[in-house]
Amino acid sequence: MAVVELPDNVAITRLDHLVSWCRKNSLWPMPFATACCGIELMATGASRHDIARFGAEVFRFSPRQCDLMIVAGRVVMKMLPVLQRIWLQMPEPKWCISMGACASTGGVFDTYCVVQGIDRFLPVDMYTPGCPPRPEQLIQSIIDLQEKIQREGTIFGREFEAPSRQRPKRALQDTGP
Amino acid sequence: MTIAETLAALNERFASLASSEFRGQTRVVAPAESLYDALELLKNCCGFDLLVDITCVDYLRYRGAKERFGLVYLLANTQSNERLTIRTPLDAAEPMVRSVVGLWAAANWLEREVWDMFGIRFAGHPDLRRILLPEEFTAFPLRKDYPLQGLGERHNFPIIRRAES
Repeated sequence: MAVVELPDNVAITRLDHLVSWCRKNSLWPMPFATACCGIELMATGASRHDIARFGAEVFRFSPRQCDLMIVAGRVVMKMLPVLQRIWLQMPEPKWCISMGACASTGGVFDTYCVVQGIDRFLPVDMYTPGCPPRPEQLIQSIIDLQEKIQREGTIFGREFEAPSRQRPKRALQDTGP
Repeated sequence: MTIAETLAALNERFASLASSEFRGQTRVVAPAESLYDALELLKNCCGFDLLVDITCVDYLRYRGAKERFGLVYLLANTQSNERLTIRTPLDAAEPMVRSVVGLWAAANWLEREVWDMFGIRFAGHPDLRRILLPEEFTAFPLRKDYPLQGLGERHNFPIIRRAES
């Protein structure tokens, strides 16, 4: 078998991998911060923890310019339609991190007006545990999400059409009396 | 005008207003039919120019309680720096009192909040809508017969899947 030497400035890869590599290193977060998790989110963006090391420092407050929604804090009944609209306004490809106990499960707020986990109504890629999570945990979520994007990502977003992504993650049931 | 003079003026106008004092704070219990007149007297003649708060208590299953609701008005006199609490027992399926928006404009949102949370109507209110909860909400969640976890309102949203977004 003939071995062909590549020049120094040439690499061979798959286009899907190249696109995923670009996407994962330039995540633009949409900070949907409604509670104390938002403070940790700001700390993650500030100089000490410096989310720019992972290419995700460009927080945009317009969903049209974002591809990573970080839901930080509890979401109540009146906020959920807003959250869904912002999610729909974000261009593809897009990902969602559910940051903290409240966004993931409702946390201690098991009351009539607090949504018991945004994953009941939105697709979520990463769950960050904690109340609130420390910036290291959020950074770990971003790193894990980067690995996921690199592992599954395709140039035309075929991974978003997989049937496993379309099942609701938990049984939707009324927890009333 | 001091609190004692205010109480004397109230008792002169209305025959049977029970009042009590606890740690320097005076409370007056006014029946619903004389509530508006009492508040008007306090505003116009006794100098209580600031309506601090309107709130409500649901005494369902409360030991020894006779009436279902207790409507509470907190007033302050910014000249003499005195405060007064007016309580009104309400007991009806759809309780209703007269609005005091004409006396204190601050009552507008406060009465809307009491309506939102307890379902107490305020006759003559210019815009009695829900203020905190979504408009399509049908219950009054701070009533004691409303379950803590709601009646399923928090689950009543469309589900957005990956393929649709």
